[in-house]
Amino acid sequence: MTSTLLDRRRLLGAAGCTIATGISGLVIPARANSLAPTRTMRGGANNYQPDAPIVGRIGGGGFWMSGTVRRAGDGAPLAGQRIQIWAHTTEGYESDARSHGATLTDANGVFRLEMPQIVPAFGQAHAHLAYDSKAFKTVFLRPLMSSSKATSLEAHFVLEPA
Amino acid sequence: MIDLRPNAFRLAKATLVWVAFAASLGVPIAAAAASPLLAWRDPVYITAGFAGIVGLWLLLVQPVLMGGYLPGLRGYQGRRLHLWVGALLVATVVIHVGGLWITSPPDVIDALTFTSPTPFSDWGVIAMWAIFATALLAALRRRSGLDPRTWRIGHTCLAVIIVVGSVVHGLLIEGTMETMSKVALCVLAVAAIIKVIADRRVWAKRSVMR
Repeated sequence: MTSTLLDRRRLLGAAGCTIATGISGLVIPARANSLAPTRTMRGGANNYQPDAPIVGRIGGGGFWMSGTVRRAGDGAPLAGQRIQIWAHTTEGYESDARSHGATLTDANGVFRLEMPQIVPAFGQAHAHLAYDSKAFKTVFLRPLMSSSKATSLEAHFVLEPA
Repeated sequence: MIDLRPNAFRLAKATLVWVAFAASLGVPIAAAAASPLLAWRDPVYITAGFAGIVGLWLLLVQPVLMGGYLPGLRGYQGRRLHLWVGALLVATVVIHVGGLWITSPPDVIDALTFTSPTPFSDWGVIAMWAIFATALLAALRRRSGLDPRTWRIGHTCLAVIIVVGSVVHGLLIEGTMETMSKVALCVLAVAAIIKVIADRRVWAKRSVMR
């Protein structure tokens, strides 16, 4: 019988600990200023070619790819970050080197790169973007265009330290 | 019952059915061929897309042959052709997937492993495996010793998976087919399989032989 009582005490103690941990666990992510990092999207890295050159424009242009890069947690804009962009466009396939280019974010963490018009490929009009430059964890995005007739597309990165 | 209609009337009706049947392939193909997107696709990618359209059309052809809905191809002739069209369907799937593989291997790997970001890929891959399974079962039918009713119900279940999978796959895709002709072909394929299941009383102890 004694052992039964001890078991109950232990059980209550363990339960108390579990509840306390659970509550504190819930509290931490709920803190203000805590911006979650962007997750890599499925298929985001398809046809990626590392180290695309920084260019003023991909091909003849006419389509604008833009977005922001911020730091996870406090959301501070990250300047000078290299974002690589590629897509199936009117000028080439995703796997063609000429469809790839990179640009850097400005002081406000904003990037903007002109590229050829994106056309639907593999069933959806979409772009690929990559942050793959060591300082932060690598992220691959695959945003969809709301309409294949659109002439611009945005994608946003929230990066966490590598 | 004695058919009192004049021959000319029957001939006109048969012609009309065949013209409509030809249009069910011709219109979607012509509409897809008019797509401006073709300018930015190479022959391999275009072939893969068109193989998909032909495959979707064959899903309409199969129940039409089994049901004997085409004048001049009723009964045994139609069912015999159903077998060859089945083989042709396997060929279109192989060309479709093969062409996409050459165009962008990582996207096809994603699809085949059910890790694609595009929801329609899963439907297409499910339909593909159902088509292969159907072909395999058809090839082994004699040896399998399945009784006709079990065979019929199993084959029909696979056919339903193929049609539903392919139709959802096709409808969610943007880029290969023109929307109106795509929806029309999908509606026809679904209607045809429903009609043939009802007409041939697939679930019955004895099927309807014609």
